[in-house]
Amino acid sequence: MARTRRTRARRRLSNLVMQVVMYAAAAIATLPLLAILAYLLIKGASAVSPTFFTSMPQPVGEAGGGMANAIVGTLILLGIASVVGLPVGIGAGLYLAERRSAPLASTVRFLADVLNGLPSIVMGIFAWELLVRPVGHFSALAGGIALGAMMIPMVTRTTEEMVRLVPVSLYEAALALGYTRWRTSLTIVLRTAMGGIVTGALVAVARIAGETAPLLFTAFGNQFWSTSLREPIAALPLQVFTYAISPYDEWHAQAWAGALVLVGLVLVISAIARLATRKRPGGGD
Amino acid sequence: MPANEPPRIAVRGLSAYFASVAAVRDVSLDLEDRRVLAIIGPSGCGKSTFLRCLNRMHETVPGTRVEGQVLLDGHDIYAEGTSPVTVRRQVGMVFQRPTPFPTMSIRQNVAAGLAVSGRARASRGQRLEIVERALHRAALWDEVKDRLDAPATALSGGQQQRLCIARALATEPEVLLLDEPTASLDPISTQRIEELVYELRREMTVAIVTHNMQQAARVSDRTAFFLGGELVEVTSTERLFTSPSDPRTEAYVTGRFG
Repeated sequence: MARTRRTRARRRLSNLVMQVVMYAAAAIATLPLLAILAYLLIKGASAVSPTFFTSMPQPVGEAGGGMANAIVGTLILLGIASVVGLPVGIGAGLYLAERRSAPLASTVRFLADVLNGLPSIVMGIFAWELLVRPVGHFSALAGGIALGAMMIPMVTRTTEEMVRLVPVSLYEAALALGYTRWRTSLTIVLRTAMGGIVTGALVAVARIAGETAPLLFTAFGNQFWSTSLREPIAALPLQVFTYAISPYDEWHAQAWAGALVLVGLVLVISAIARLATRKRPGGGD
Repeated sequence: MPANEPPRIAVRGLSAYFASVAAVRDVSLDLEDRRVLAIIGPSGCGKSTFLRCLNRMHETVPGTRVEGQVLLDGHDIYAEGTSPVTVRRQVGMVFQRPTPFPTMSIRQNVAAGLAVSGRARASRGQRLEIVERALHRAALWDEVKDRLDAPATALSGGQQQRLCIARALATEPEVLLLDEPTASLDPISTQRIEELVYELRREMTVAIVTHNMQQAARVSDRTAFFLGGELVEVTSTERLFTSPSDPRTEAYVTGRFG
């Protein structure tokens, strides 16, 4: 009797200890994000005003000014990246899920994982060599393609996973109705997996939104208003970088504000991704 | 039915393999026009695999192989140059678990097969008519007529299964294959589907795989008993359950094993 009481007490104690450890780990995991957000708000909120979104950067010494060109530039770059990265990534993911045991599929899967782990600066150098040097000047197109190439492996793997979640029975049901293989994949399977694929795509966009290294020698940045795909274009991360390493206090404030807007953009995209997941029919959280 | 009428489907020397293992061995039998054939046997006897050979679904699983002939109206569906897609449009199938397409409404589910069956050019009105008729035939119309645009997943399991039957019927197949269609359903839903199968034989050929011998006795004209991948006996349902010629069949239908 005394012995069972002792073991029970010990179990309770170890349960308590483990619970504290888990809560602590969870708290520490969220701490960096909360700390960054708090710091950004303190440092940058004062410089973020409606004009920050609508006006152009001001010369040194003049107060105020905004990053309208960089915000639009980032949106354009993300647009190009999506046009490049999504069709290729979704197509490759669909292929991997459909031919999961083909020898080529395991090779593609491995290469996608390697590409996923590739330092982004390497992607930038590669894009420069391929798209900037032959043309002779930096361009928005080169930057967008570099970012799109980074999206491909992420989108490929999430698409593959989402398509694999579609039950074989649905696939068979479509085939039994007289659907061809490709039609089954493109209509039934892809539509069923679409919620998850959209989420994966948005997460990929959110991740590359803040990439700076691949843009350094491709999009390059631009102090002026430009929406031309063939010209260098401003981007939020580049603008933040330029301002942050400058010696001027006004620019430092602008850098904080830019960083805050960038994080806000990523948060918004991630939130949309969460909502898209929740709406997935038959699935959800 | 005159005895000289040719069978809708004639199976000749059919064997089906998973890798090198034969799940079905050298089976020959006929499916008569506008009759219901029940296929019974213990788990793993090859009855589902056999059924899946009749619309070339077996080969969709990697590493599988089929030998022998399946003559649909006299034409071998395994003949070179015959497309499995064409075969499946003539031979419909309903599976053990209901498989409505989760992204589609009730109406879209029923019409799903129409888009690929060469009736793509049917007008909106015609499609509506076909959908309504199929739902009527599947005895589901009264339950869903007011919510045709609701998601198919909102239906109960039994309704979903009848929706799948309606979906298969909408393309007007000549043969309908049912692979344990009531295995995951409650008794009321099961009864409705059994009545449905009994009605369908007026218009088409039906093959139904079932674990439930009472079900086979209730819905079918003829019954085939499978054991260990082989066809033991196929005869009229009444005869198979009352005076089977093979002692193994008798042992099975009297509940001595399986």
